[in-house]
Amino acid sequence: MSIEVLKEPSVIEGKPTFVEIDEQISAPIDKLPNIKYLIALGITSTMLLIGIICIGATFFYGIGLWGNNNPVGWAFDIINFVFWVGIGHAGTLISAILFLFRQKWRTGIARFAEGMTIFAVMTAALFPLIHVGRPWLAGYLFPYPNQHHLWVNFTSPLLWDVFAVSTYFTVSFVFWYIGLIPDFATLRDRTKSTIKKIIYSILSLGWRFSNRHWHNYEMIYLILAGFATPLVLSVHTIVSFDFAVSIMPGWHTTIFPPYFVAGAVFSGFAMVQNVLIIIRKIFNFEHIITLDTLEKMNKIMLATGTMVGYAYGMEFFIAWYSGSQFESFVFINRAFGPYAWAYWIMVSCNVVFPQLFWFRKIRRNIPIMFVIAVLVNVGMWFERFVIIVTSLAHDFMPSSWAYYKPTLVDFGILVGSFGLFFTLLLLFIKAMPVISIAEVKAVLDGAQPHHTHNGGHNGK
Amino acid sequence: MENKIIYGVTGIFDTPDEIISAVKQVKSSGFERFDVHTPYPIHGMPKAMKLGTSPLGYFALVFGLTGAFAAFALMTYLMGYNYPLIISGKPFIPIPAFIPVTFEVTVLLASVGTVLAMLFLLFKFPNNSHPLHDTNYMKKVSSNKFGICIEAKDEKFSKMEVIEFLKKIGAKDIEVIYYDNDALNFKINIFEWKFVAFLVVSALVVSGATYIVLNKLMFAPPFNWMMGQHRIDAQVESKFFGKDNFSMRVAPAGTVARNTNQFKFSGQPELAEAKLINPLIPTEENLRKGMKKYDIYCSPCHGYHGIGDARLNGQFPNPPSLHSEKVRNWGDGHIFYVITEGQNSMPSYSSQLTNEEKWAIVLYVRALQRAMNAKEEDLK
Repeated sequence: MSIEVLKEPSVIEGKPTFVEIDEQISAPIDKLPNIKYLIALGITSTMLLIGIICIGATFFYGIGLWGNNNPVGWAFDIINFVFWVGIGHAGTLISAILFLFRQKWRTGIARFAEGMTIFAVMTAALFPLIHVGRPWLAGYLFPYPNQHHLWVNFTSPLLWDVFAVSTYFTVSFVFWYIGLIPDFATLRDRTKSTIKKIIYSILSLGWRFSNRHWHNYEMIYLILAGFATPLVLSVHTIVSFDFAVSIMPGWHTTIFPPYFVAGAVFSGFAMVQNVLIIIRKIFNFEHIITLDTLEKMNKIMLATGTMVGYAYGMEFFIAWYSGSQFESFVFINRAFGPYAWAYWIMVSCNVVFPQLFWFRKIRRNIPIMFVIAVLVNVGMWFERFVIIVTSLAHDFMPSSWAYYKPTLVDFGILVGSFGLFFTLLLLFIKAMPVISIAEVKAVLDGAQPHHTHNGGHNGK
Repeated sequence: MENKIIYGVTGIFDTPDEIISAVKQVKSSGFERFDVHTPYPIHGMPKAMKLGTSPLGYFALVFGLTGAFAAFALMTYLMGYNYPLIISGKPFIPIPAFIPVTFEVTVLLASVGTVLAMLFLLFKFPNNSHPLHDTNYMKKVSSNKFGICIEAKDEKFSKMEVIEFLKKIGAKDIEVIYYDNDALNFKINIFEWKFVAFLVVSALVVSGATYIVLNKLMFAPPFNWMMGQHRIDAQVESKFFGKDNFSMRVAPAGTVARNTNQFKFSGQPELAEAKLINPLIPTEENLRKGMKKYDIYCSPCHGYHGIGDARLNGQFPNPPSLHSEKVRNWGDGHIFYVITEGQNSMPSYSSQLTNEEKWAIVLYVRALQRAMNAKEEDLK
């Protein structure tokens, strides 16, 4: 292994010491928020407030405030639900799937991406709650013995959704918390404030860095990663069943599960990349969240974006090949009908612009990749819009066709969902280590004994 | 210091290579009760410490299988036996449709169960009163150093020998760790009045809040708006329709019953009388139909026999008798006209009666008239 090219460069740049890592990662938590942070928090909480007002108005006056009309009964609420669940998928992919593939570059971004998963799923879960109309009766969604002697319908995709999303949230949360325990213990031993020490002691559960514990800890991490991997694939598969199990033309297709999962990873990576670019700049994490890491994320976006593009093409092929006139009508109508504007926004943002990542210079250019990732998220939001609205607006009965127009309240709730997500994210940044201290230390140069490194990697 | 119980002796090392070789020496000297503390997991350490395979995989297997069987059995029982539901004509126990929930519950139980087993069963967490906490040793190993702790419970332990041994294998900052007497002697007294009061207060608050939420709040505005819905009873005054305060609405002008054409002779009774001929013949069937409709629509005011004996007890002006000379001399078309258009206080019945029903009523009115004014020849 003396060939220089084949040597994998360190995922952490600048050879920091362990103490420096401690200091740099806990700096945002130790320092009081500065004016930039407060401005950012002000903006996001204003957005959140707009959302709360719009949701409050919806509950008070009723769903007539939304643009939903007779054929288009699912609109912004379900679009936003699918969008936010999709955003969450990148976090699990980074923390679980890349862990199984032993991708060391994930260490710098895994914690943050997991946090984003949790907040994105929380944001997503809000929408079915609003959509059912009376969120305080959401307990009816779960099977429990009740005085009606009724049970939920276990064969309904909507019920599968309840199980998938709640399992996904719980497992992601546990995964995230398990990762945080050693870091809370490090913070506990660093802090000089008594109150913080009590809080960190409780949160760290009394972790004491014992190698008898680390031994089991590494095993549980592997087990959780092993479970989270099929879980994350199942979640968006089941979300896609909400559509695919119905008989609507344009929804009733077997390509939906892989297509949705690829799209979810695609948009999730775009969101993680966007936020990380800002975080690494503000908190000087450029040597931990390196340009190489961002480039690798761009490569994943290129791959998943191309998969999504393939799915778009394949949908058209099947529409023609199936010989079903309803199916072909729906797809011709998508591309050239009244919603053609949305369709072509989707195609250009999701399929065309990410192809620029074939060029190394663009993959490594931060402003350009930021813009492309923003466009990807716009495109992925429009993908859900196109799937849901075009199919519903033009169903089997031409007499009931109608054009869907969202209202200001719809947009207000969308803005509010971004507000909720980013507010939670900002609070997370100030409250917990956004980079895993223990994991980063473990991948520093010289962090592992030399005798196990003869001849490259041999596992643990 | 002397009356404190010793927990163990600790030593610090600077690099991962040093700690690995130190651990090997500790192990080969026959120590069993020792532990290594490092800020992150070190590759090869489980091997050096001769730790076996972690048992967590078996926990995951057991929890996962439990989840899978429990979910599948529950769904089979509920959907197949407890409350079978017919859904799109599918079987009551559709196995493919049970797969998603079975999978999710498997993952949920396996993940959460294994984590809880690890933290609470294997690690005995939470444990913030361990003697190693709040020592200089812990501060170092939680940040950048690698430490070994040989515990006093080890059979070969003797304080001075272990300190010498650690010095020999290159440890720095050797520290003797004692149990904290306060922590060791601390007994939880669950009957202390403060704790009991806390329990009582929290129980009251939680149960009270639950009661109020489930039994009061859910039935208070705005959460009750779908329970009581607004309704207007027939024949009752309603402020909603400000113009006449009638709760029952009159059909808009020009409304006709279904399958009826627009009346051609509106405002022209003479023309109607001249042009319209009763298409029905007085069969028993037609007369019975006429009687039925007459009894429903006409008799409240005109009376069952057409003499104007209204059952409305004067709440509506009584109509004149249908047996007057005038009405008897009207043509069928004129009576049809009055039913369709109304006359004086009588409203139009065009939205309630079809043409055929109106003609049947005309036949019945004729029969009533003939019955009340029968001639000699009618009796034959």
